[in-house]
Amino acid sequence: MKNALPLVIAGLLALLPLLGLGSYWMHILILVIMWSVIGMAWNLLGGYCGQVSFGHAAFFGVGAYTAGILYNKFGMSAWWGLPVSIVVVALFALVIGYICLRLKGPFFALGTLAMGVILRVTAENLTGITEGDLGIMIRERTWIEKTWYFYIILILAALTFFLVKKVIESKLGYYFVAIREDQDAAESLGINTTLYKTIALSLSAVITGLAGAFYTNYMGYIDPKIVFALHDISIVAIMVVMVGGVATFWGPFVGAVIMVFLAEVIRTIPKLGAAHHTFFGILLIVIIIFLPNGITGDIQKLKKLLRMGKAS
Amino acid sequence: MTSSQLEVLLQTVISGLLLGGLYALIGIGMTLIMGVMKIINLAHGELMMVGMYIAYVLFSWFHIDPYLSILIAAPALFVLGILLQKFLINPVMKVDAIIPENQVILTVGIGMVLANLATITFSSDYKTTPVDYATKAWYLSDIWKASPIELSLSLPWSVSFCFALMITAALWFFLSRTDMGKSIRATAQDKDAALLMGVNVEKMRVITFGLGSAIVGAAGCLFIPIYYLYPDLGGQFTLIAFVITILGGLGSTVGAIVGGLILGVFESLTSTYAGMGWAPVGRFMIFIAALIFVPGGIISLFKKRKFGK
Repeated sequence: MKNALPLVIAGLLALLPLLGLGSYWMHILILVIMWSVIGMAWNLLGGYCGQVSFGHAAFFGVGAYTAGILYNKFGMSAWWGLPVSIVVVALFALVIGYICLRLKGPFFALGTLAMGVILRVTAENLTGITEGDLGIMIRERTWIEKTWYFYIILILAALTFFLVKKVIESKLGYYFVAIREDQDAAESLGINTTLYKTIALSLSAVITGLAGAFYTNYMGYIDPKIVFALHDISIVAIMVVMVGGVATFWGPFVGAVIMVFLAEVIRTIPKLGAAHHTFFGILLIVIIIFLPNGITGDIQKLKKLLRMGKAS
Repeated sequence: MTSSQLEVLLQTVISGLLLGGLYALIGIGMTLIMGVMKIINLAHGELMMVGMYIAYVLFSWFHIDPYLSILIAAPALFVLGILLQKFLINPVMKVDAIIPENQVILTVGIGMVLANLATITFSSDYKTTPVDYATKAWYLSDIWKASPIELSLSLPWSVSFCFALMITAALWFFLSRTDMGKSIRATAQDKDAALLMGVNVEKMRVITFGLGSAIVGAAGCLFIPIYYLYPDLGGQFTLIAFVITILGGLGSTVGAIVGGLILGVFESLTSTYAGMGWAPVGRFMIFIAALIFVPGGIISLFKKRKFGK
C-alpha cells in the first residue's frame, strides 16, 4: 500500500485540471510542482549528499537560457530546450563541480553561490548571445490554456520523484549518505567521494536545468536578474527543502506548497507586499532553530511541540 | 608604452590599491569571525549595509560627517553583532541537524531580513551623502613639481584609505598586545586548549562576532562618501569578503589584507581595460584561480617559504 502512495497522489494531481480551476489556481499549482522539482533536485545534493549548494540558480538559469537561446538564435521551438538543456547543464555541472567540489562544507556553499553570481554577470554582459538585461521573450506561446503546462511539469515531477527514489534506495544513495555523515570516513572505506559528489551534483543540476527550461516555455520571458536570482531562486530552493524536510521524499513537495502559498499570501497583504523576504527570512530562522530537519523531517518533534502547547 | 599609457596604468593600480585597502577591512571582519567561530557569516555585507545606513541617517538628519559617524556606527554594529550571536547563532550551534551548514543558512536568513527591512524603511532608491569634498582631488604635481607623469587621486578615497589603515593598525594592536586580543587568537587557534587555559570561549565568540560586525560597520562608513547606497548592496560585499578570505587564506588577518589589496588592484584593472560591467567577473576569475592554483590562500605561500624543506 505504501508503495502505491506516490502513484495515487500523482493520479489525484493529474485529475485536478478536470475540476475546471481558474487560470490563477492553475498557475499556483504549476509553480508548486515546479518548485517541488527544484526542491527534490536540491535535496538530492544537499539533503542526501550533504553538499549545501547556494547556487542552484546557476543551473536553473543555464537551463532557462538554453531554451531561450535555442528559440532566439536558432529559431527552434523553445521546447527543444528541455532535451538540449540536459547536455548543456551537465557540462556546466561538471565544470562547476570540478572547481567547487574541492571545497568542503560552508566553503562549497559559498563557492556555488559565487558561481551563480558569475553566470548572472556573464549573462548580463554577453549581450550578443543572451540579449543581456533586455532578456529573451518567447513571442509565440504554445498554449493559452495552462492545462498542458501543468501535465508537462507534473510528468517531470513524477519522473524526478522516481529517479530520486531509485537513486537513494540504490547503493549510490548509501554512498551519498556516507559522504554526508563523514567524508573522510567514507573515503577511507574506499568510496571515491569526488566521483560520487560529482554524480550527485550533475543529477541535481540536470533536474534543476530541466525546471529552468520549462520555466522559459511557461513564463515566456527570462532575463538574467530573474533566472540567476540569488534570493528568489537559490535561497528559495534551499528553503523549500529546509521548510519541507531535509532528506525526505515528500519534504520538497510540502515545502513547495508552503513557500508558494506563503509568497502569494504575503503579496496580497497591502503595504507588506514588499516585505516577503523578511517573512521568508524569519521563517527560515524559526525553522532552523526549532525544526532543523524541516516539517516532514522533524514530524515527531513537531507533534511533541504541539502537544506541549496544548498541555500548558 | 607611451607615457600616457603608463599614466593610465599607474592611475589604475593606485586607485586599485586605495579600493583594496577598504576591501581588506571588510575581509578582516569576515576572517576574524571565520577563524573564531568556524562559520561563514553570510550576513556580513548586510551588516556593512546597516552601518552605511546609520552613516546616511546621521548625515542627512544631523549633518554629521560620514567619517565621524564611525564613532556611532561601529559601537551600534558591535551591539547588533553581539545580539545576533547571543540569541540566534549560539542556540543554533547546539542544535543537532542533518545538514551541518545550518548556521550558514541561518546567517543568510538574517541577511535577508536586514536587507528587506532596509528596503521597507528607506525604499530601494539609491542614496548618497553629498559631502562637499566628494569630488575634490589632489594631484601628484601639487607635491612634486617636476614629476614626469601626472596622477590625480580622489580626496575621499585617500582619506578612507588612511582611515582603513588606522583601523587595521588599531586592530593589530588589540589582537597582539591586549589580553582579550590574545584570548581571541587563542580561541581561533585551538578552542579546547584555550578553554583549558581558562579562556572564556563562549564570551570570546560573542565578542568576536561583535568586533567583526563593528569593523565592517566602520568600513561601511568609509565607503559611503565614495559609493552609493541601496538595500541590496550587502550581498555583493559578502561575496567580496568571501573571495578575499579564500584568496588570502582562511582565518588569516595578514592574508585578508594582502587578498584585499590584490582584489582591489585586479578589479580596477579589469574595469579600466575590459569595461565596468566585467569587473565582477574579474573578481570571480581571481577567486576560481585561487581555488585551483593556491587552495590554501596566499598565506600558505608565505608559510611554505618560511618552513620549506
